[in-house]
Amino acid sequence: MPADPPPEQAARAARERAALAALDDVLDPELDEPITDLGFVRSVAVATDGVLTVHLRLPTSFCAPNFAYLMASDAKDALAALPGARGVVVLLDDHHDSELINRGLAADAGYRGTFGEEADEDLDALRLTFRRKAHAAAMERALTALLRARPDLTEAGLHGVTLADLPETPATRALRRRRESLGLSVAPAAEVLVDDQGHPYPGQEIPLRLRFARSVRISIDGNAHFCRGLLRTRYPGSAADQSPRPHGTDRTGSTDPTGPTGSSKLRTTAEVKPA
Amino acid sequence: MYTKDGEDYFIVDAHIALWDARPENQLNIHGRQFIDCFYDYHRNLSPESELWPYEDYLYYGGERLLKDLFVDGHVDHAIFQPARLGAFYRRGFGQTEEAFGLAQRHPDKLTYNHHWDPRFEREGLDQLRRDAERFQLKGVKLYTAEWQGASRGYKLDDPWAYRYLEACQELGITNIHVHKGPTIRPLDRDAFDVSDVDKAATDFTGLNFVVEHCGLPRLEDFCWIATQEPNVHAGLAVAMPFIHTRPRYFAQIIGELLYWLDEDRIQFSSDYALWTPKWLIERFVDFQIPEDMRDEYPPITVAQKKKILGLNAAAMYDIDVPAGLGVPEPAGA
Repeated sequence: MPADPPPEQAARAARERAALAALDDVLDPELDEPITDLGFVRSVAVATDGVLTVHLRLPTSFCAPNFAYLMASDAKDALAALPGARGVVVLLDDHHDSELINRGLAADAGYRGTFGEEADEDLDALRLTFRRKAHAAAMERALTALLRARPDLTEAGLHGVTLADLPETPATRALRRRRESLGLSVAPAAEVLVDDQGHPYPGQEIPLRLRFARSVRISIDGNAHFCRGLLRTRYPGSAADQSPRPHGTDRTGSTDPTGPTGSSKLRTTAEVKPA
Repeated sequence: MYTKDGEDYFIVDAHIALWDARPENQLNIHGRQFIDCFYDYHRNLSPESELWPYEDYLYYGGERLLKDLFVDGHVDHAIFQPARLGAFYRRGFGQTEEAFGLAQRHPDKLTYNHHWDPRFEREGLDQLRRDAERFQLKGVKLYTAEWQGASRGYKLDDPWAYRYLEACQELGITNIHVHKGPTIRPLDRDAFDVSDVDKAATDFTGLNFVVEHCGLPRLEDFCWIATQEPNVHAGLAVAMPFIHTRPRYFAQIIGELLYWLDEDRIQFSSDYALWTPKWLIERFVDFQIPEDMRDEYPPITVAQKKKILGLNAAAMYDIDVPAGLGVPEPAGA
């Protein structure tokens, strides 16, 4: 029987697990998924001096630098908030802006401090744009599932459908979370097909609006599969660090022949992030 | 021309390149990163039988291009859409002289489009007039994420961009191919957003705006503007190879494009040498919307395929289509 690890080593391992769990809350805003599920977390290590170092990696050197910065700085914030944090270093590897972003992260320089004159104000509008897209996609997933479950229901008949009419499924729970992130009502009587401000559409616009939400969902799902595939191409072995995309389960989302096959080696916790 | 099941298809590959990414042409690490990114696209989305060795991918030259397109690749006519990438490559990424030379030797097979950058302001505008004369330009390729000095991108509705578009209109350069990339100035907003194309298309109704990779990764934003602007078109660069790795996703892309635009505003392209045209054309001719997706998308007709594979771009570029290779109007279902 192997001997138990020394207590200090066990404590470091526990902190690494806690760090990974904290990173489950960091989303790629563009793909609307945790960076841990996407395989973007390359390594998590607590050194003997207690400093936590996390390396992040992305599918290409040319992933958009504003999104890259958002994920890296969100990761640092999430890790710094952990109890007992004694120094946190987040490093973005192999990106065209690695040097710039890593310097900014080390200095806690913020977006403007990091990008200097390339930054006007902040990235709040960018975040909001992608929260809205994530909401539109979640809305479409929930309503398309409802249409399939109830063949009597037509697209035009979605006018007046409320949250209470949706079955209690992962897609419905995901939709409620996306609504909360935008400050929209999650009351059972709230209508499902609404604009970015939560206003229902006029009845005659319903098919068009559903159709547009579908194009948003196709775009996000397609990007997610492409980015996942590119990461696996770029970093051999990274498939083992990816979890299946939770809401790519509609009947048009066929299995990815090059998809992840192995079980996660990075995810030391047994928990699986819900959609 | 490609023939299958008694149908003849006239093929125009609307987006090809002749690049040089060899180490001696790389200006800095970004030159290496850029071609490696392309090579990963190639490796990720190509069938195994179509994979190129990295060395070939760095530079393939004119003879190989002619063979891949016109001998092996079924292509009747192809259009160069060069990217300059002057911040990454010493002599640029797209090889202007070599590509233009090929086009001069094979005017029936090749059209050379050039590029401009509004951040060169007055000087670039004068250069555009000289380029229009020298290359007899009908179109230009604009990469909005091009880095230049402290700036890493521009928008089509920037004041200087409008002056260049005015010049294009005046010079008869009617086909504006817009390729969005990951950087823009300022970095506050989404660099892939196409609302600037929307504005330009509204203000320059005499120009065609072909949005490359049909707006991907923002297919939805692209579809939304294209449905409102009749002079906005979809280029299928990058979208095509999904026909192999994710055929159902490809069905959704083509289904959405046919729904939001129409069959006259979608153009095939291989994005050579990211991918080679032969297998893409053969797969597309064989392609059909899967049965269980027909609630959302009607089947694609032979006439629609003929338009997408060549007739649409031929009409835009006044390329002669041999008798018998057109489609009767309207295409019908």
